[in-house]
Amino acid sequence: MRIDIRHVAAALRRHRLATFLIGLQIALACAVLCNALFLLTGRLQLMKMPSGIDEQNLVVVSLQGTGGDLGRDTLLRVKQALRGIADVASVSMTNAVPFTQQAGEIGFRSVLDDPSYNQQGHFYVADNDFIRTVGVRLADGRWLGDDEATSSQSFLPISPSVLMSRSYAQRIWPGKPSLGQVFFADGVQRRVVGLIDDLARPNPEPSALHNTVLITGSNVLGQVFVLRTAAPSRDRVLRQALDAVAHVAPEVVVDLDYSGTLSDLRGRYFASNRAMAGMLCGIIAAMLLVTALGIVGLASFWVQQRRRQIGIRRAIGARRSDILGYFQTENFLIVTGGIAVGMVMAFALNIALMKLYEVPRLPLAYLPWGAVVLWVLGQLAVLGPAIRAARVPPVVATRSV
Amino acid sequence: MFGYYLDLALRSLKRNRVLTALMVIAIAVGIGTSMTTLTVMYLLSGDPLPGRSGHIYYPQLDAETGKGMVRSHPADLLDYTSAHDMWSSGKADRQTMTAEALVKIQAMESGRRPAMTDALTTTNAFFAMFNVPFRYGGPWQPRDDEARSRTVVISERLNQQLFAGGNSVGRTLRVDGNDLRIVGVLAHWRPSPRFYMVVGGHGASDTSDLYKPPQDIMLPLSTALDLHSQFSWFNCWGDVDPKNMAAAACEWVGLWVQLDTSAKHSAYLDYLRDYDAQQHSLGRFDHAPNTRMMSLMQWLDYNQVVPKDVQLQTWLAFGFLVICLCNTVGLLLVKFLGRSGEIGVRRAMGASRRDIFMQCLVEAGTVGMLGGLGGLLLAWFGLWLVRQQTVAYADVAQLDPMLLLVTIVMAIVASLLAGLLPAMRASRIPPALQIKVS
Repeated sequence: MRIDIRHVAAALRRHRLATFLIGLQIALACAVLCNALFLLTGRLQLMKMPSGIDEQNLVVVSLQGTGGDLGRDTLLRVKQALRGIADVASVSMTNAVPFTQQAGEIGFRSVLDDPSYNQQGHFYVADNDFIRTVGVRLADGRWLGDDEATSSQSFLPISPSVLMSRSYAQRIWPGKPSLGQVFFADGVQRRVVGLIDDLARPNPEPSALHNTVLITGSNVLGQVFVLRTAAPSRDRVLRQALDAVAHVAPEVVVDLDYSGTLSDLRGRYFASNRAMAGMLCGIIAAMLLVTALGIVGLASFWVQQRRRQIGIRRAIGARRSDILGYFQTENFLIVTGGIAVGMVMAFALNIALMKLYEVPRLPLAYLPWGAVVLWVLGQLAVLGPAIRAARVPPVVATRSV
Repeated sequence: MFGYYLDLALRSLKRNRVLTALMVIAIAVGIGTSMTTLTVMYLLSGDPLPGRSGHIYYPQLDAETGKGMVRSHPADLLDYTSAHDMWSSGKADRQTMTAEALVKIQAMESGRRPAMTDALTTTNAFFAMFNVPFRYGGPWQPRDDEARSRTVVISERLNQQLFAGGNSVGRTLRVDGNDLRIVGVLAHWRPSPRFYMVVGGHGASDTSDLYKPPQDIMLPLSTALDLHSQFSWFNCWGDVDPKNMAAAACEWVGLWVQLDTSAKHSAYLDYLRDYDAQQHSLGRFDHAPNTRMMSLMQWLDYNQVVPKDVQLQTWLAFGFLVICLCNTVGLLLVKFLGRSGEIGVRRAMGASRRDIFMQCLVEAGTVGMLGGLGGLLLAWFGLWLVRQQTVAYADVAQLDPMLLLVTIVMAIVASLLAGLLPAMRASRIPPALQIKVS
């Protein structure tokens, strides 16, 4: 291949406006593409966020009802019935599990003499079957003993011992060992006796994923039952669990929105994220399509316009591959120029979005990806017109138009 | 002249079908995407109470006591005592309290299993204040608020579900085990957002739940208190007896007032401050005074009701539209300059630069028109996609007749803008040279 970039550039200078327009389009596409890709991966990551529990093997039944319906006797009867279902290893009664309704958001103090709450997190209040049922993993410290499941005073059991998500404890007490730290919640001094691998909030969002505390109680009035079973039996266990509730507590209404296998609940929780991800994919695809169409249109025009010159070049010895290479080089130059400007614009757009919508800063790593996508797109789009150009027979040179 | 230009434009468009199709597709896709997101944005950010919203206000104060969360803004809801005191003072032209409760309902005659639903607990003035339309019957009377009457108003949807859409006024609905008499059935009413109960939007990352449809049942707040309904609360700080929410240290009631003149507005502001000061001197409040009264639209703005995802989508879609237009500018340029010979001949035969310019613009406008029609189809499909989502506002996403017009106009204006530069270039083609070359 003997393609001199200077020749290609000189030819482009004769079509300044058209070159500028296609370059501008590439630049804008690059800016939007980088940001859209970044938003998309953010959504996909959020949807894959770890919940800290053994999701594959869990089934959840949430009850709804008035205070009278959900007395402790009723709840215990329900728990007993759920435990009797075949292939259910254990059952726990809790105020919430990840991807159900938030039920224990409490402000607390990590400093005794602080005049106000300086922390706010989600407290999982559950019976002492919770840990073995949902499959939380201990990262440091010890589990809660059965005798530490105490009665409740108002919101929380009076037990001083709690488990805390590891990353949350590190955020509250940065640079200090988290184990053994104390805080004050619901009028009682609590001690972190164990750190668990991050347990997700019932309603995780990017700014608050794992700010959770786990405390066990002896007279919990949780409306959420979580059943441990084996993944293949999940659907059957769910059906039987709903039947069992209807049988032993016909007055209680099951909250179907928050009942299902844990995979169902995760799917429902992230439905709007999935919709947003779909929308972003749609915009990205449509944008690439339109940009490619623009390149095809312009390149076709140039090929048509230069038929004679191409013929002359072929007549004086240029091979087909030279013609092909010429158009590909030309496209590469334009796209590269567009990308260079587009990267600056990508950052400008990101800063605007950061100001308006609390989008995080665009990592540099997205820029090469955007560039590669656009280079490949440009080469593919120009291929058709370039092949047509390469097929121009040398004899064209001898014809007048 | 216009007819002639149109004829020329159509001939020219037909001559190079591929290029024409590329341009029309680019505009259609750009317009379709941006109109889909713009429609959703427009429907979610509109005034839910046109003509009335400017007179509706939301008084707030800080009723929390003791070592609690120190807030820079007063809490989104009031404690019952403050709300009830201000409501019963009757200082505004109209006033109503709103709170939400989770209740168990069962139609006695229909034989269905009980179901849980959110109930709006409010007062008689709610319906007149917010222009709530009725199909059968009407609101309960002010004396029902006082007497804690066992009355209830149900939505069109619930009436359809339980009573097959018939006139159910006078029939009985069992709410939390008590028999309530239906006094009214609403006609179709779908405010967007559910403006009278916008709570907790400020600083939230996803506000789409503020667009839920209105509650299916509405009953007097006094009655719900009597029935010990399970109210939802915004913030509690002391001991809470769920059976006695009227005395609970909780913020859970909203107060809406209608103030028809600016004099009344400033008088009410004074009243709110005086009330707050009086409660401080009585020792019921101990936080620094923090009163505020926003209008309905200010309140919606403060809560940033329009979901951020929707706004982001709109921005991206418009960025995309700019790309599509850029594309169209390039393709039009190619198209017009590709006809240099023809334009040269026309110029030589006496067409002025203006004529050429106009002819090119007509051609661009025609492309825009076709792209707009395509965009409309795409927007219609896009909105259908939005309606398939499981978000609370999905049912609101309908093509608006106003926006239908906007779509076509926007497509034509956009394509004319895109055609401006290429048309200018084309009109500068010198006549003689072109003829010589060919």
